[in-house]
Amino acid sequence: MSNGRNYITETIRNLPPSGIRRFFDLASHIEGVISLGVGEPDFVTPWHIREACFYSLERGYTMYTANAGMIELREEIAKYQHRWQNLSYDPVNEVLVTVGVSEATDLALRVLLNAGDEVLIPEPSYVSYIPCTVMAGGTPVVLETVAEHEFRLTRDELAKKITPRSKVLILTYPNNPTGGIMGREDLVDLVDLIIANDLIVISDEIYGELTYEGKHVSIATLPGMKDRTIVLNGFSKAFAMTGWRIGYACGNRDIIAAMNKLHQYTMLCAPIMGQMAALEALRNGEAEMRRMVEDYDYRRRLILKGLKEIGLPSFEPRGAFYVFPSISVTGMSSNEFSEKLINEEKVAVVPGNAFGGSGEGFVRCCYAYSVEHIEQALERMGAFVARHHV
Amino acid sequence: MSLERRILELLERDARHTPQQIAAMLGEEESRVAAEIARLEKERVILGHTAIINWEKAGDDGVTAMVEVKVTPEREVGFDAIANRICRFPEVRAVYLMSGLYDLSVVVHGKDLKDISTFISQKLATMHQVQSTTTHFVMKRYKQDGFVFDDKESDRRLVVSP
Repeated sequence: MSNGRNYITETIRNLPPSGIRRFFDLASHIEGVISLGVGEPDFVTPWHIREACFYSLERGYTMYTANAGMIELREEIAKYQHRWQNLSYDPVNEVLVTVGVSEATDLALRVLLNAGDEVLIPEPSYVSYIPCTVMAGGTPVVLETVAEHEFRLTRDELAKKITPRSKVLILTYPNNPTGGIMGREDLVDLVDLIIANDLIVISDEIYGELTYEGKHVSIATLPGMKDRTIVLNGFSKAFAMTGWRIGYACGNRDIIAAMNKLHQYTMLCAPIMGQMAALEALRNGEAEMRRMVEDYDYRRRLILKGLKEIGLPSFEPRGAFYVFPSISVTGMSSNEFSEKLINEEKVAVVPGNAFGGSGEGFVRCCYAYSVEHIEQALERMGAFVARHHV
Repeated sequence: MSLERRILELLERDARHTPQQIAAMLGEEESRVAAEIARLEKERVILGHTAIINWEKAGDDGVTAMVEVKVTPEREVGFDAIANRICRFPEVRAVYLMSGLYDLSVVVHGKDLKDISTFISQKLATMHQVQSTTTHFVMKRYKQDGFVFDDKESDRRLVVSP
């Protein structure tokens, strides 16, 4: 067996590698890079959460849990969804603990899609929806969002792309990479279309707590939507727990049961250490989480002002920890811009087209960095823009 | 949270924040932030702007002691008069009135052990309101004013991630 490639399925061979991966390889070979390229908090997991994990290990919690996750954790998740969004889920049948939202996305798509079913995916968006749709046998249908509408999904765009094969709509707001959000009115605008076309919504709300100047609204809270929405969330962003890999899905009991069936064969259960930490996060972590969110908000304003001053304007992102400025003043493509920026000024940003065609002409800048770090990066970017202004 | 409180919290975390940076972070006018800081300084809400230094690492082998002091409070002024007198000595870094087994906790810094014992035996213990002193020398510092001395939690994130 000399060429392993020949043994790999056509589907997997044809999946394009992530554009972020390619850029990561480039960036990690350059010394002294100031990065604005990450997709995770700069905070380490709060100490009390880490400490709760040590304590659970000391007491010997090292075994499997129920497939759906520890019941105590599912109960806390249900309580949290209730106090945060006023959504009521039965912890026994309507909550599933997963290995991050990544696994939950994959499970949801695999249990919902028959061959050829269409999945409506707004772009720019996180990188896994299209590959997961393809691997589940579905057909991805891209919904374009634009800077003029602050990258919100509009009713017109949704209406234009719905066909009789449409089955699932994915919503990820607050959005990675744009930082855009969908407010209540924006969501209300879509509801009758969703219901009339019998769509299931997979609502990835991992950045929900990172909403500034207002509170996140889950589409599941709108009339008629709870039963046809699978809410995905987790601990990575809000509680600074990316490496723990704990997420969850809440929704219709039949769909959750189907997801759990698949989960038990492929994952068995999420790691107990992470579940113990997540339990502590929900029981005692909200105050510290709010402090972290406030801190992101400070840096959000700082980078937004700084980008504007150096000539890379952006709409005001009201969520996540990203700014998505337009680079049109340089006349470069987002790939060219990002590559030149890292080679000439050693600043790493992520080219917008890594998140789909609608991201072309933009770059993603993460502001989960210290104030000094952000200012240093802005200074270098300022010099770069001044040099390449057309 | 009030503007005043936000400014104070940001400055407590890093005194180098300029009014311009703070204004950007809070979405306020720079002039308003500068005026607020000036007012807080004038009213002595902000007492000073200082750096937190690991002197040991800087090659200084000074000695710090925490001294438990029992004192006799005085009519009209209670503990304040004696506490204020103790504060005046430059060797004294901090003075707190405590509940419990003793009255004042006095943090004293000197260049060596002898320096501190001279200060305590000649200056502090001889004040007539002072009944007794118990001196504890600091052997090692782990954390001060919110900063961990040997902090190994550097940024371990990948340079680029989704």
